[in-house]
Amino acid sequence: MSSRLPRLAVIATVGGAFSGLFGVGGGTVIVPLLILWFGYREREATGTSLLAIVVIAALAAATQGTYGNVHVREGILIGIPALAGVVAGTALQQRIPERSVAAIFAVLLVASAAVLIF
Amino acid sequence: MDATEIVGMLAIGFCAGMLGGLVGVGGGVLFVPGLVIFVGLSQLEAESTSLLAIVFVAALGAWRQSRYGNLRVRDGLLIGVLSPLGVLAGTALANAVTERTLELAFAAVQLFFAWSLARRALRPRDEGSDTTPAPSAANG
Repeated sequence: MSSRLPRLAVIATVGGAFSGLFGVGGGTVIVPLLILWFGYREREATGTSLLAIVVIAALAAATQGTYGNVHVREGILIGIPALAGVVAGTALQQRIPERSVAAIFAVLLVASAAVLIF
Repeated sequence: MDATEIVGMLAIGFCAGMLGGLVGVGGGVLFVPGLVIFVGLSQLEAESTSLLAIVFVAALGAWRQSRYGNLRVRDGLLIGVLSPLGVLAGTALANAVTERTLELAFAAVQLFFAWSLARRALRPRDEGSDTTPAPSAANG
């Protein structure tokens, strides 16, 4: 236990910094670190990361709100249809191999990075 | 806000939510570029607005995953509770740098993790025990 808490704190701080800096939940960092440091399986890391992200993203959104950067109406307009997407994605995840999940994630990251660069 | 923007936002939302449910992220990797392209927000505004949508996505995703038995509640809550120092530092930095710097840094992070995840997807299946910790240094 004594060795778990510092490592969780490192994951929390790195994940929180990524979230605040890049507007993501931090799962990009949290999922691989849970697998690497705690031996989580892909799906356990996924679920546990989502719980952490609820807290992290709420804190980060509130902080960005104090800077005046949050567009509340747009956030709600993309957040509501996203809920239907979550139901579809979570159900699909139980039916495909874990390595496929990692591969899908990699492809999507490359695609959105290319959009930002060009 | 015209009809094209609204349709674009609905589509972004659905796709980002599906990504969140599939791979355990909040959907920010799609929310952010989507808000930049379809809604015309700046990179900083898109990132900030993305965080608000992520709260809903992650809450529903975590609840769904818990029903499949994929949630370790204690670890997840501890990571959230221990995060404020990182959140404040990251937020302050995002507001301090230029838009282009933020865009390129965002893209670089995505590419780095795409690479590491692709390696994991392609490696031979010789491990994957549920309880044995992975060697922390071996994968760099």
